[in-house]
Amino acid sequence: MRTRGVLLSAAALWALALSFSARALPAVGRSPQPPADPPAAAQPAPTNADCLVCHEDDSAERADGRPVVVKPATFEHSIHSPLDCVDCHTDPAAAELPHPEKLKKADCVTCHSDAADIFKISAHATAREAGSVEAASCTDCHGTHDIRPKSDPDSMTHHLNIAATCARCHGNAEIIARGNLPRDMTRAFADSIHGTVLEKSGLMVAPTCTSCHGAHDIRSPGDPQSRVGMGNVASTCGSCHEGIARQFEGGVHAAVLKTGSRTAPACQTCHTAHSISRSESHGWQLSVINQCGTCHAERMSTFRDTFHGQVSSLGARGAAGCADCHGAHEILPASDPMSPIAPANLVKTCGQCHENANENFVKFDPHADKHDRARNPALYYTSKFMFLLLFGVFGAFGLHTVLWFGKEVRVKHERARRPGTKS
Amino acid sequence: MSDPVEGGTRHFTRFSRTDRLMHGFLMFSFLGLALTGLPLLFSHTHWASVLARMLGGVTVAGLLHRFCAVILIGVFVTHIARLLRRVFGEQDYSIFWGPSSMVPQPRDLQDLRDHIMWFLGRGPRPAFERYTYWEKFDYWAVFWGMAIIGGSGLMLWFPEQFARFLPGWVFNIALVVHGEEALLAVGFIFTIHFFNGHLRPEKFPMDMVIFTGSVPEPELQHERPAEYERLKQTGELERLAVPPPARSTWRLGRIIGTTAVTIGLALVVLIIFALVTS
Repeated sequence: MRTRGVLLSAAALWALALSFSARALPAVGRSPQPPADPPAAAQPAPTNADCLVCHEDDSAERADGRPVVVKPATFEHSIHSPLDCVDCHTDPAAAELPHPEKLKKADCVTCHSDAADIFKISAHATAREAGSVEAASCTDCHGTHDIRPKSDPDSMTHHLNIAATCARCHGNAEIIARGNLPRDMTRAFADSIHGTVLEKSGLMVAPTCTSCHGAHDIRSPGDPQSRVGMGNVASTCGSCHEGIARQFEGGVHAAVLKTGSRTAPACQTCHTAHSISRSESHGWQLSVINQCGTCHAERMSTFRDTFHGQVSSLGARGAAGCADCHGAHEILPASDPMSPIAPANLVKTCGQCHENANENFVKFDPHADKHDRARNPALYYTSKFMFLLLFGVFGAFGLHTVLWFGKEVRVKHERARRPGTKS
Repeated sequence: MSDPVEGGTRHFTRFSRTDRLMHGFLMFSFLGLALTGLPLLFSHTHWASVLARMLGGVTVAGLLHRFCAVILIGVFVTHIARLLRRVFGEQDYSIFWGPSSMVPQPRDLQDLRDHIMWFLGRGPRPAFERYTYWEKFDYWAVFWGMAIIGGSGLMLWFPEQFARFLPGWVFNIALVVHGEEALLAVGFIFTIHFFNGHLRPEKFPMDMVIFTGSVPEPELQHERPAEYERLKQTGELERLAVPPPARSTWRLGRIIGTTAVTIGLALVVLIIFALVTS
């Protein structure tokens, strides 16, 4: 029993000693590496308490007036609280107190080399390389002495706080102008279905900026490798909307995008990137018709000539819009037997609204063009006839009316001048 | 125009109570159809959306359009039934020829030519009979219009039923015909008919006969001298003599007429605006 007691005490002592050494020299397993060059002099590294002697003082500041205060309360709650100041502030000059005002910047790479590697290819890093001092680096998004893990609701990188973190630059008109950044999307995002669900409902599954743009590896949308570029956006959206992405991949638009062409729409072409609204909203469904029309102008103009188009133009959702017949994501040409507008499927497609539609019924041309004699000969001639009829009637009676009016005015004048005159 | 209700002017019946009631229903339903239909025809304009909203939305406007259509079809059917009764019930064949007939006759061509000569100051004003050539044109235009617009309208209302025996492309034609013919009807009634019947200097602001049913003697004498002479000679004139219209009838007619003309002219302005700006 005695032996056992001694052994236990020894183990406890050893563990205690180990933990002390770990605090002093953070090593293997714990991320920070010990400084490569320990202070040359035999001087021991300053402890946190040593640093706080000056840095706890609210009034401590640099020559240019910038404060140098570090609140112990803030640091204690940070994920880095087990570390020593000198673990990040590795400048050997810091060993001699008071240290010179200018020290080497704390370098996150020392421990977070994988994140730093990814960051290197980002638009932020590229901008910094090009000389920008404002483009985001680690601390702009993660903070400094207050860095918390992204699982912490108070963290700048917590899912629900990311939009606000990005908005510090991307929602600031001055920074946007100075850095030639894309226009402010923060308001649009906040009003979007994603933003509403994220910020109002606090749903963690709703995407925030980084969900689509990536975090350390954010690229500009023009970059072919960007997650939100035309070629990749479907798979980015598909990370949540997988079913829709799969439908989209089967359609003509995706096929065009796969060839490298950028003439076909990707998700954000119709849904917009930031102001995405509920697809169930009638307003959106009506507005997307115009979106189809930006490429399919002729189809849209013929659609507008039909009852379907007229009703839609008036802002009512009672009549068919593009997607009701063509599908929304998996759009296929009529020649494809899987297409809802393939001849064999028309009765079923029209039948969604027109319950008793038959083979005769589907001979209706939902894109009839009264100016196209080859496509709609009967309509072409009817329309010509109607034009002549209207022109003839209004022309003849218009002239008749003008002459009549002139005559009656003259007669009235005459009568006024010589009362009693018969017309 | 002096107030014919005043004084001892004799009045003669021109339109029966049923005729006026029929015209009333025709007016009401026609205005309703125009108001509820034009937004579709000019759906690309801003005013069309506003008008559709004012009418309670596209769905409500559509229901009102169909409601008015049923009334107008009722007027059309009643008119045909009354004609048939005159022919088969009363053996009255005057609807086919002569002064009481709407059928165009050689006299109408002569009147047209003389009227134009009068416009140009090259002859006297023709002595018109009971129905003038432009009134006959109005009548047949409405008659043809009802058949065409009504027929195409029914096709568009019940496409599935019509597709049992008609190919679907007929609906493409029906829509164009319905819209263009409606534009013709609306444009014609709200400009030419309004001018001929009400707005020309001699009639301004309106001819009250369709509301009161009777014409003051001097007006009949001046407007339709041939009819006046004929009625006098056959002695029929005395049988048509009625007391001047009640002041209330007159006032009601003025209100209805002014409302109709105002709505009509407003729609014409909107149509012209749409045609000019598109």
